[in-house]
Amino acid sequence: MSTRRILGPINRVEGDLEVRLEADERRVLSAQVNSPLFRGFEQILHGKHPNDALVYTPRICGICSVSQSVAAARALADLGSVETAENGRLATNLILAAENLADHLTHFYLFFMPDFAREVYASEPWHEQIAARFKAQTGSAHPEVLRARAELLHLTAMLAGKWPHSLALQPGGTTCPVEPHHQTRIRLVIRAFRDFLERTLFGDNLEQIIALDSGEVLKAWATEHASTDFGRFLQLADTLDLSSLGRGHDCFLSYGAYDDEGPAFADGVWHHEQYGELNQSDITEDLSHSWTGGHPEPRHPFEGSTIPTDMREGYSWCKAPRLNGTPMEVGALARQLIDGHPLVRALVSESGGNVRNRVIARLLELARVVSLMEDWAARLRPGDPFCTTTGLPPEGEGMGLVEAARGSLGHWLRVHKGRILNYQIIAPTTWNFSPRDALEAPGPLEQALAGTDVGDARGEVRIQHIIRSFDPCMVCTVH
Amino acid sequence: MKRRSSFRVLWLQSGGCGGCSMSLLNAEQPDLYNALDTLDIELLWHPSFSENSGDEFLGLLARLESGTEALDALCLEGSVMRGPNGSGRFHLLAGTGRPMMSVIAALAERARYTLAIGSCAAFGGITAAGGNIVEACGLQYEGDHPGGLLDADWRSCGGLPVINVAGCPTHPGWVIDTLGQLAAGRLTPERLDTLNRPRDYTDHLVHHGCPRNEYYEYKASAEQPSDLGCMMENLGCLGTQARADCNIRPWNGSSSCLSGGYACINCTAPGFEEPGHPFTHTPKIAGIPIGLPTDMPKAWFVALASLSKAATPRRLKVNAVSDHIQVAPGHEPEGER
Repeated sequence: MSTRRILGPINRVEGDLEVRLEADERRVLSAQVNSPLFRGFEQILHGKHPNDALVYTPRICGICSVSQSVAAARALADLGSVETAENGRLATNLILAAENLADHLTHFYLFFMPDFAREVYASEPWHEQIAARFKAQTGSAHPEVLRARAELLHLTAMLAGKWPHSLALQPGGTTCPVEPHHQTRIRLVIRAFRDFLERTLFGDNLEQIIALDSGEVLKAWATEHASTDFGRFLQLADTLDLSSLGRGHDCFLSYGAYDDEGPAFADGVWHHEQYGELNQSDITEDLSHSWTGGHPEPRHPFEGSTIPTDMREGYSWCKAPRLNGTPMEVGALARQLIDGHPLVRALVSESGGNVRNRVIARLLELARVVSLMEDWAARLRPGDPFCTTTGLPPEGEGMGLVEAARGSLGHWLRVHKGRILNYQIIAPTTWNFSPRDALEAPGPLEQALAGTDVGDARGEVRIQHIIRSFDPCMVCTVH
Repeated sequence: MKRRSSFRVLWLQSGGCGGCSMSLLNAEQPDLYNALDTLDIELLWHPSFSENSGDEFLGLLARLESGTEALDALCLEGSVMRGPNGSGRFHLLAGTGRPMMSVIAALAERARYTLAIGSCAAFGGITAAGGNIVEACGLQYEGDHPGGLLDADWRSCGGLPVINVAGCPTHPGWVIDTLGQLAAGRLTPERLDTLNRPRDYTDHLVHHGCPRNEYYEYKASAEQPSDLGCMMENLGCLGTQARADCNIRPWNGSSSCLSGGYACINCTAPGFEEPGHPFTHTPKIAGIPIGLPTDMPKAWFVALASLSKAATPRRLKVNAVSDHIQVAPGHEPEGER
């Protein structure tokens, strides 16, 4: 006999989240994911001056704020065929990287790991040590993590005024030129963050982390580095078999991350265990199970709309984005898989998309991006322009694609008579936490929850591990 | 040593972005958790920082709402979502099917103090922009009109109106300082301004300590993003009118919007989300900005502006429209004004 359970509010997910489960005595039979807040940014943007998107869209989200800015700036640059100043491009990469890495850190230490400190694990031999290190608010890791995070975000002070909600990111570059001594300070901040990661998270050089290239090598590394935070996670993942938890559809998407004469991490899709090219025109949004309406058939976001209904049909404010009709998982795992990092390719080949692999990809990315940041900082040229002058045409359309910490974010805007006629946004968690589509295909989290063992006292926390492994951002999801 | 009982805070989020919480995590010297501990503030629950979720949290909520557990302060981040048609269904609290609006109203009656964290919770903010189809409002204001979810004359059990820690986002210092004073029983009504914002930071103008003050003095203006000049004349900067200490109390260790090269959009004020013109464009009549510095008579502004423009050193004229310093102080070429 199956029962229905409603879980919520689920916290540490950057917003409000409800999950409805249909389960028998042992397993989840099916799940429905509900994003219960609607604010209506698409409606707010309608009729505004296109440049005002740079004020409104970062305020969609306090944790992906820069990503939203970059998507808007890119959409405006696309609209106006604007060439971005080289320094502005490098500075944008650095600002975005600072946000993304701060988010990865926040996710691991503040959002994800505290669940292993819960009482439900108290009988485990590892519990005392894990709780001392990671317990929410009181774990010994928190003071040093908060400090490392805040100091990393000093980069945003030097390059973007503040975080979150900067107006420094423009279609032509950035508003905050650096003098030679700023460049030195930027390099020192990145170095301090590298030191923190090497000392606390990895207990190893970042280059050694980047060089990990197979499940076997990783296992050996974990044994040698058992007393580091990454090592502790890997051991937990092994003990609790987190690689068997939260398997998705294994269809992955990345828009490509950071603009370094082409993306620093490749764009593309991963489908049927192979790489494929991404064609963004194949993206549609299906509204069949969403509390938004406006068009019965799935549409590309350039033609899309976001109109709230009376909530009679559907179960979430979230729409169902699909690529060629397929639900796609986005995030660090997708990015590193599509970019072809050997460790991530090997892990996904062994066990697919799952709780363990999502977390490993995120931590690996911390190491890889710091190394890129060092290069970008060194390449800044004080004295050369940071921003080109931009004039926007009164008619036209533009698209801005970016990778936020938690995955692929897109803005599509259409301008008429110098005003925004239509602005549609698909956020990372819109993909990952999408509801079903017209063919009843579940979204990635819904798929990942189905089959989960809920037959014991740890069932509910297992569900939460799966949910948080996606690093959801609920305020972006519906916006 | 026995510590005195802690000041118990519940933090809820509704129609907002979570950015005030993320900003709060930027607190330094000390970090957030250390600061709360030092000030004897206990975070009963916070959506991003707490362990508990689901039924564990709903149990706490029920105890606070019934009064079986005491609540010293309710912090709301994000607008109150009243739509559609006053039903509050644009935000149903997950796991309950209950409009968040009614949860907030019930807890405000129990809490000794209620705080609006950020301009959304204070006045409606960004969520109330455009046509405001979601009927977003602040806890005790709708834009600059007194009365939001709670009436204009509403007072908490502790005798204060909703304390509007406005900003988009708020500075971590504004939040911690305000909670610290409440916990110590030292925040009096006189320390709130006419919009019930803590005067600690709204007795200042963003202009105070602006790193571009010399450009302002001589009306040497920036013309495009990344120029070094004053942004009041052309780029929409409201720093001379905005109430906050952003250039005295640094953001993220060292900076501010103006240091970052972009306009102050007056985000601590009600209605900032709808300026009536593009944000980074200064509306003018006969070449004079419509918005003048706070407390400055127009005739004097015009007279002083024309006088100072006539006296602008060439150094500032050049640097104002450059993205790095071209002419250093003391290197004014003779006779080139």
